[in-house]
Amino acid sequence: MEKASALHRLGEYLLLMKKSFTAPTSWSMFFKQLIREIYKLGVDSIWIVIIISIFIGTVIAIQISLNITSPMIPKFTIGFTTREIILLEFSSSIMCLILAGKVGSSIASEIGTMRVTEQIDALEIMGVNSANFLIMPKIIALMLFIPFLVIFSMFTGILGGIMASYVAGGMTPSSFEYGLQYYFNPFYIWYSIIKSVVYAFIISSISSYFGYLVKGGSLEVGKASTNSVVMSSIMILFADVILTHLMLT
Amino acid sequence: MIEIKNITKSFDGRVVLNDISAVFETGKTNLIIGRSGSGKTVLLKNIIGLLQPDSGEIWYDNRNILSMSKDELNGLRREMGMLFQGSALFDSMTVMENVMFPLDMFSHESTQLRRKRAKFCLDRVNLLDARHLYPSEISGGMMKRAAIARAIALNPKYLFCDEPNSGLDPKTSLLIDDLIHGITKEYNMTTIINTHDMNSVMNIGDNILFIKEGIKEWQGTKKQVIQSNNSSLNDFIFASDLLKKASELNEERNQQEQEG
Repeated sequence: MEKASALHRLGEYLLLMKKSFTAPTSWSMFFKQLIREIYKLGVDSIWIVIIISIFIGTVIAIQISLNITSPMIPKFTIGFTTREIILLEFSSSIMCLILAGKVGSSIASEIGTMRVTEQIDALEIMGVNSANFLIMPKIIALMLFIPFLVIFSMFTGILGGIMASYVAGGMTPSSFEYGLQYYFNPFYIWYSIIKSVVYAFIISSISSYFGYLVKGGSLEVGKASTNSVVMSSIMILFADVILTHLMLT
Repeated sequence: MIEIKNITKSFDGRVVLNDISAVFETGKTNLIIGRSGSGKTVLLKNIIGLLQPDSGEIWYDNRNILSMSKDELNGLRREMGMLFQGSALFDSMTVMENVMFPLDMFSHESTQLRRKRAKFCLDRVNLLDARHLYPSEISGGMMKRAAIARAIALNPKYLFCDEPNSGLDPKTSLLIDDLIHGITKEYNMTTIINTHDMNSVMNIGDNILFIKEGIKEWQGTKKQVIQSNNSSLNDFIFASDLLKKASELNEERNQQEQEG
């Protein structure tokens, strides 16, 4: 029964994506909507990304410094490990898990509210492909903007680590900076960006799916919002395993 | 003109509409009335193509909506205007942007002409001054008027209204009714209104279709509705004490006149 239900949901999701990815009725309206979504989903998330990254970067550096007590391990390892954690996992996967909460719930509740207040019916009656008009700009906007958020996160996360090297004990700024540059592989930045673009698709499409198919009232909109965050997070973790295996091994 | 023939619709084996046929004429306000749960909204959704009937035909001026391709249906939808029960204005847009929306989407005219048309529609519903406000900043009656302006922006041939007076005070309801009636006559539209408001029935009911439990029970004009001998219709109409008393007073007065 569960399998049938999951299959049914997968079918609904694929059909919705097929309906969404068609040529827009009006290109000018599509670009207008795209700019609006880039601002709403992307630019509005910059501050939360900066704040979280700076603090987590600081905490990672302090934690590693506290846990490396052996004199056999060089001090630059702190900077090296902080960089690797931030580039490989934090700025892409963990940041996207956080964005799944912020952006995903916002998308699901916005589209869900439009559904229960008949705004989507109004679009359909006008002859507008509502899925295309509402969902496609959100997906494209998030996929276009998320690399910038990831780069912001990398930059501010490492900045947080550098700040910790000045303030906290157990490391020096010069050893930390040496560690940051030690055995640097630029592909890790691309790896992180590619992963985040996949996560952006997961967050925006799954949240849109849950919002678009809401039936009922405000209670169901709330449930859809929660379900979208849970499902997006699970799918991000699955995708993380698959992409890491495909790209790094 | 819109004609429906033998429309039947059921959900999970429960028949909601049973063999309904009717003609909705052009230039008239056609009302679908009935108690809550009688199938009015389902019938309206079938007529506008949001639901597919199990059997029957729906004709828009000799075009069968049920045999249309997706593109043909989208083309027909551009000839439709719809006023939803909750207005369904787009929250993220101002009143002006809401009215501009169908024009921006489908009109090939210049921005200046589109803005002129939107302003004309807002002026027609006396809402030009509120054009920069968002739906959350205006009253229920103003939202309905804004939704009417949006519905008529593309100069539709068919106008559909689902419970246009729900949540409005009697005076505002009358204003909305008069507005819809006036627009219908002015633009010679085929208007179908879904309502259980007896004031609307008596005020603008050019052609009234009464549905009871998914079955067409009666059809006639607002003059005929009071004189009807249909017990179900009378039960529905005189459920309001006000109308019942008005009807009794009317009968007493007639009797007195006959005696006098």
